[in-house]
Amino acid sequence: MVETSQEGPRAARSLKRSLARAERRRKLRAFLLVLPLILFVLAFFAAPIIGMLERAVVDRDLMQAWPRTAEAVKAHDWSEAEVPGEEVFAVLGPELASSFEARTAAGVARRLNYDLDGGRSLVMNTARSVARLDETPPAWRDAILEIEPRWGEPATWTAIRRAAGPVTDFYLLQTIDRQRVADGSIASVPRERAIYLQIYGRTFAIALSVTLLCLAIGFPIAYLLASLPANRANLLLILVLLPFWTPLLVRTAAWVVVLQEQGLVNQMLQFLQVTDRPIRLVYNRTGVIISMTHVLLPFMILPLYAVMQTVPPHYMRAARSLGAPPFTAFRRVYIPQVMPGIAAGSILVFIIALGYYITPALVGGASDQMVSYYIAFYTTDTVNWGLAGALGAGLLAATLLLYTVYSRLVGGVRGVM
Amino acid sequence: MSGSVTLTEKVWRVVLYVAATAGFVFLVAPILAIVPLSFNDGQFLTYPLRGLTLRWYENFFFSGTWMFSIRNSLIIGVCAALIASVLGTLAAIGLWLAEFPGKRLVGAFLLAPMIVPIVIYSVGLYFYFAPWNLTATHLGLILAHAVLGAPFVLITVGATLSGFDRTLIRAGQSLGATPIQVARHVVFPLIAPGVVFGGLFAFAVSLEEVITVLLIGGPNQRTLPREMFSGIRENISPTIAAAATIMIVLAILLLVTAELLRRRSAKLRSG
Repeated sequence: MVETSQEGPRAARSLKRSLARAERRRKLRAFLLVLPLILFVLAFFAAPIIGMLERAVVDRDLMQAWPRTAEAVKAHDWSEAEVPGEEVFAVLGPELASSFEARTAAGVARRLNYDLDGGRSLVMNTARSVARLDETPPAWRDAILEIEPRWGEPATWTAIRRAAGPVTDFYLLQTIDRQRVADGSIASVPRERAIYLQIYGRTFAIALSVTLLCLAIGFPIAYLLASLPANRANLLLILVLLPFWTPLLVRTAAWVVVLQEQGLVNQMLQFLQVTDRPIRLVYNRTGVIISMTHVLLPFMILPLYAVMQTVPPHYMRAARSLGAPPFTAFRRVYIPQVMPGIAAGSILVFIIALGYYITPALVGGASDQMVSYYIAFYTTDTVNWGLAGALGAGLLAATLLLYTVYSRLVGGVRGVM
Repeated sequence: MSGSVTLTEKVWRVVLYVAATAGFVFLVAPILAIVPLSFNDGQFLTYPLRGLTLRWYENFFFSGTWMFSIRNSLIIGVCAALIASVLGTLAAIGLWLAEFPGKRLVGAFLLAPMIVPIVIYSVGLYFYFAPWNLTATHLGLILAHAVLGAPFVLITVGATLSGFDRTLIRAGQSLGATPIQVARHVVFPLIAPGVVFGGLFAFAVSLEEVITVLLIGGPNQRTLPREMFSGIRENISPTIAAAATIMIVLAILLLVTAELLRRRSAKLRSG
């Protein structure tokens, strides 16, 4: 009796322990199955993006070419003089010469040119001349100012201070048309350099117009699909899925063809005598909004349809039988029930539209390009990687913020499709 | 009740039908409009047609550049879809098998490639691949497209698994099957339609992806959409219409296959 009463709890404990062990093993096995994809996405997705964002704040060009100048600039008391004296120039002079010989001056020149008009030629000319000096000048300040008087201007030194590294908020501030001025405070940039808020504004405006148009065109389609019996709805759904599966470039090509001056739309408008001359519908804002609406419409219809299918028709009937006029019943009974679908579809379309690049690049004009275009442009064409990174950071932040709202609304993974 | 259909209701219904029909025309007409133009015997992509010809298809199939781009698209698409299918399926099974800490976060992280604007990702790769000599290589694009396709496999296989009866696994185990045997003979046959569907989806993603190709592809990685991109930008010719028509036919085939798979998996789930 005594033995069994002691064995009972012990057996239970060991059973519990082995169950816990089995459970842990099961969890571990499950995790090990997910691990390869986690590592793959970390290595080939997260790491590249982090690397890109890093470029928005890392600023080492000047620091690497002119390490002692960077130190001297940081040590200088700028409230005393906006242009430093001989002690900074005496460090700058030899580094100008050595960076010219080591071919690192070009990096500084490019970096200062982002900030200062003519910064590239200022650095390259001075460096070349200093490198050719036969002997060390008695006073570096006078010698450098003689080569390029712009070294005596406060603007030049403000730009150098902003580039002294190793981290900077220069690019991030630039994307909101702001910069740090001499006393370290933040101010607006001159008008001719203030273009980025306008680009963000344009991107939001295009995405918003496309979202509203998608809602206006998608709502009746989804409503009709939801009101039909399943087999007929499935047949009509093919008309939504066909464009969904047709590659983006095919659809863009189709719109260029349909909207051109001799295209079908213009022919039809002339036939109906709406206009007697072809209207310009492509390579402008109209073309961008029409083709983006077409591309993104299925992303509005599918979530709307999914929600509308679940709305039982008898609520509307009840409202009507209680005497509500059709429009009132629709507005006060139906719309609140399909609101999750409207919200999910709209946010989804808006998120995708924000990042659009190909369609505006092919159907838009110069003033219809969105943020994505400039990110690619600064990466490959002007090699201003810091600015590309900063614009990318802004776009990514907006996207992730909206996506968080979206997944709260639809409950994560399952709502995405 | 049914007798009380008022005039306003009738008007509303007509408005609804007209609006929905206009919407359907908007969705499909431009895609269908380009098809006849690919058979048009004239240099310009305009109606009315000037007679029928197959010469634009001849141009397409006998041109070295277009065939080269199709080959590139197939190589990159198939390899990327295979990688995405294997990794995505394993991960979907793992996420379904057991709860583990941070599971929601892991799921959100694995779906991120679907959300992040592709330009940001491509620019990231532009810098990231350079020191590894992966820019302007097929391998680089295969890896990039596999990342972009994997979330779709994760979702489709996850959806198939959500209707999967867990007792079947226990039944297999209690009959003495090893985990691998259970996976091969019980789990895989049931989720196969989802895996194939996800793989097709990943292939379709790669087949239409052009931003990554623009940023990290070289002259040897020009894919079908990349070739179309230059075509539309520089000089939109009837050969582009032929290429577009072929891709529309491909899209219809993919759509039909996907629909058949969906029905099969729905039947498996209910049966």
